[in-house]
Amino acid sequence: MDFTLSKEHEMARTLFKDFAEKEAKPLAQEIDENHRFPRETVDKMAKLGFLGIPVPKEYGGQGCDPLTYAMCVEELSKVCGTTGVIVSAHTSLCCDPIQTYGTEEQKQKYLIPLAKGEKLGAFGLTEPGAGTDAQGQQTKAVLDGEEWVLNGSKCFITNGKEADVYVIFAITGTVEKRGRVSKEISAFIVEKGTPGFTFGTKENKMGICGSSTYELIFTDCRIPKDNLLGQKGKGFNIAMHTLDGGRIGIAAQALGLAEGALETTINYVKERKQFGRAIGAFQNTQFQLADMATKVEAAKMLVYKAAMKKAEYAKNPKISYSVEAAMAKLYAAEVAMEVTTKAVQLHGGYGYIREYDVERMMRDAKITEIYEGTSEVQRMVISGSLLK
Amino acid sequence: MKIVVCIKQVPDTKGGVKFNPDGTLDRGAMLAIMNPDDKAGLEAALRLKDEYGAEVTVVTMGLPKAEEVLREAMAMGADKGILVTDRVLGGADTWATSTTIAGAIRNLEYDLIITGRQAIDGDTAQVGPQISEHLDIPVISYAQNIKVEGDSVIVERQYEDRYHVVKAKMPCLITALSELNEPRYMTPGGIFDAYQKELTVWGRADLKDVDDSNIGLKGSPTKIAKASDKVRKGAGEKVTLDPDESVSYIVDKLKVKHVI
Amino acid sequence: MNLEEYKGVYVFAQQVDNEISSIAFELLGKAKDLAKDLNTDVTAVLLGSEVKDLADKLAEYGADKVIVVDDPELKVYRTEPYAHALSSVINQYKPEIVLVGATAIGRDLGPRVSARVATGLTADCTVLEIGDFPLQAIPGQEQKHNQLLMTRPAFGGNTIATIACPDNRPQMATVRAGVMQKIEPIKGAKAVVEEFNPGFTPDHKYVEILEVVKAVTDTVDIMDAKILVSGGRGVGSPENFKILEDLAEVLGATVSCSRAVVDAGWKPKDLQVGQTGKTVRPNVYFAIGISGAIQHVAGMEESDIIIAINKDADAPIFDVADYGIVGDLNKIVPKLTESLKAEIAAK
Repeated sequence: MDFTLSKEHEMARTLFKDFAEKEAKPLAQEIDENHRFPRETVDKMAKLGFLGIPVPKEYGGQGCDPLTYAMCVEELSKVCGTTGVIVSAHTSLCCDPIQTYGTEEQKQKYLIPLAKGEKLGAFGLTEPGAGTDAQGQQTKAVLDGEEWVLNGSKCFITNGKEADVYVIFAITGTVEKRGRVSKEISAFIVEKGTPGFTFGTKENKMGICGSSTYELIFTDCRIPKDNLLGQKGKGFNIAMHTLDGGRIGIAAQALGLAEGALETTINYVKERKQFGRAIGAFQNTQFQLADMATKVEAAKMLVYKAAMKKAEYAKNPKISYSVEAAMAKLYAAEVAMEVTTKAVQLHGGYGYIREYDVERMMRDAKITEIYEGTSEVQRMVISGSLLK
Repeated sequence: MKIVVCIKQVPDTKGGVKFNPDGTLDRGAMLAIMNPDDKAGLEAALRLKDEYGAEVTVVTMGLPKAEEVLREAMAMGADKGILVTDRVLGGADTWATSTTIAGAIRNLEYDLIITGRQAIDGDTAQVGPQISEHLDIPVISYAQNIKVEGDSVIVERQYEDRYHVVKAKMPCLITALSELNEPRYMTPGGIFDAYQKELTVWGRADLKDVDDSNIGLKGSPTKIAKASDKVRKGAGEKVTLDPDESVSYIVDKLKVKHVI
Repeated sequence: MNLEEYKGVYVFAQQVDNEISSIAFELLGKAKDLAKDLNTDVTAVLLGSEVKDLADKLAEYGADKVIVVDDPELKVYRTEPYAHALSSVINQYKPEIVLVGATAIGRDLGPRVSARVATGLTADCTVLEIGDFPLQAIPGQEQKHNQLLMTRPAFGGNTIATIACPDNRPQMATVRAGVMQKIEPIKGAKAVVEEFNPGFTPDHKYVEILEVVKAVTDTVDIMDAKILVSGGRGVGSPENFKILEDLAEVLGATVSCSRAVVDAGWKPKDLQVGQTGKTVRPNVYFAIGISGAIQHVAGMEESDIIIAINKDADAPIFDVADYGIVGDLNKIVPKLTESLKAEIAAK
């Protein structure tokens, strides 16, 4: 077992850190305050290949491993949770399913511009009545000649109005299995601008305020027959498998938020003085920091291990990384919430003020326990594997 | 066009300077980076490559660890890397460094050599012009803009209160200011590719037309008599007052010191 | 190389547009001290076109002898003809010490010449003295006397090294502007003027100057200012420098700035204090909205009194400031200007 990162990974981290500090950090506070999507940062990331890190070079990507990708999301999230999730949703939830399930034509048409960052991707599974329970889908797709006709809506969609390519799930029929009838779900690729595809309300969120979260509405939206992604009826599996990968991205985001809050707090306690000495000189502070750092390190191990397991899967599709991804996401998200909360506490009154980064980090951290499978769902996935 | 860029790995004195409790420099705690002026020189070369097409070779002299800056340069887009490293080259002053690098460059074909103006550890700005002298080619120092026109370069050469637009026939050497440009980032894929590329490592024996009396510590005309870390001047008073109190505080100090 | 053959302290007397640069006088001041210790004399080397008239001025500032190389090729500074001229003078006259200003010209000319005459060059010196090398006698090693000991900062001003050039001649140094003291000019002083022309044959190393573009500036050189009001990124905008200019006007001070301000295009480069700008040592230095990066501090920490105003209590500028005020410059500076106006009017 080797815990040493390769020189390539170390240098990639230097790159992501450098970029995050220079490009993402200066905007973090402003985009949070104004709920503004950081298009300029996305454009810069596109130019540098950050939007196609794990995509093979022949499809316009960087050809790197999932660990490099996770480190990118981690470093971005250290300074700006919004920037981290933009990359994560685009890469894990849009590029990845097209790369895994797409036909050669679909990859040429969609994956290449996505990986080059010429287009931004999003993923639409959640509906008002179908969050954790993906079977509660209402959106329908009906084949009419050479076209699928979509009707229904999706909510809480990250990169919502800013994306160009959407992976959308819809009911295409029913299946009967051992006498029980259930919905048959299929996946589709939908382009922005397709007639009948519109946007509903923009969500006003607690955190990751710069990310564009919208409702997607499909009203007799006709898409080409060829835009079916994967086999008809395999949508549920595609969604679940895609979310396994997505969880690594979100786990990396959570890890980054926790690390960012810890670093900020370490600097703060060295400088902030109370009762005539730096608050870092008090044992309470020291012990809090020790606990925070230990948990961050443990979270990092889980996240990196899940990313490395996904790399193994790339070589051998029989390998599953579902449990590792669930553990990484569950733990990193809870650590993010705990560490950012403690960071606010150690900042005292200043931690409650918008001017200080930890305030934003704490709000950003909360969502990591909820989206792409709540912590409860992760526990179901993990325990399910234990008791099968 | 063939461009050679000379780069150096230096401790990061910018922002990353760390001090020991006694006020001396904590070198071990400082990051090793590509010298900023050199990075601007590399960026200038890569832009010429983008615009006119060129092969960019980066050369560094240093410890084996200096491989890192060559890999970084290749991850940014340089085509080849050459590491000049040998124990007998250690302890070189600017003269011996320039004779060594000139000896390495004599093995290469080049139209243009770009170096940074100066390194942030030594701040001498001497090695670039000295290399040009050893190679008997023109030098244009302090370049703030570089263009290629036929077999010549046209460079804006900065001075304190002016700049000259200078035209020189290639081959020639240019020293770049960090103000020249904003160096590009590496790309993730470029990093992994850079580590796959072969790196040329040269030792003393590979240097062309260089006399033993001109390299390393022994070949350095300048000798260090004494070196010490400068203990920084301590902090004075620091006050947090409202604006009116701040003003009277400053006015009082200026009176006490007979400034007004 | 017979080191004994090399005699005299030589100064490269930089001129631009046929006007002698201040650094030349500073070097002459220092050269006089060194020459006294060595019991020799001071020679200025004046290169240019139609510059002979300037020799008297060099005499007033301490030159015993002036070697003039007057040639049309030397009208505007170009590396090759200047390097040819200076190295020819060195080969002909064999000086033991050659001092060059660490200016944009000197830092190009110095290394090129040192490489041509095959000697060492120490860059950006701040202290020059005559002494022994090694400093203390080491058994079994010859201790050489009357060596030029050249002290210079490195590592962004964090280390200081003293360097000698014991086995090569001349001993060459470039010297930072604003550090050495010029002497009070001696009116009517005359020097021995000697003309020398090594002959100039343009070759492939001669570059062509297509254009000379002068940056317009009507301000006092910040290195000569007694009081500097210096602004950083924290000032916020080029327009907001007005409040610094108002303060400077009341105090008879000059406005300068940090590198960030020059990089942002708010102020010209010649107002920049710091490692890549100018080293200043005014009586009073106001650092307003300047965080105090090490590169900046290296250029101003020798100031007699440093007053810093910054809203960030942890800004490193407070580590060197004699008086640090944590607060909003926009509120403090205009009030300070008003208050000083009243104080001065009351006198």
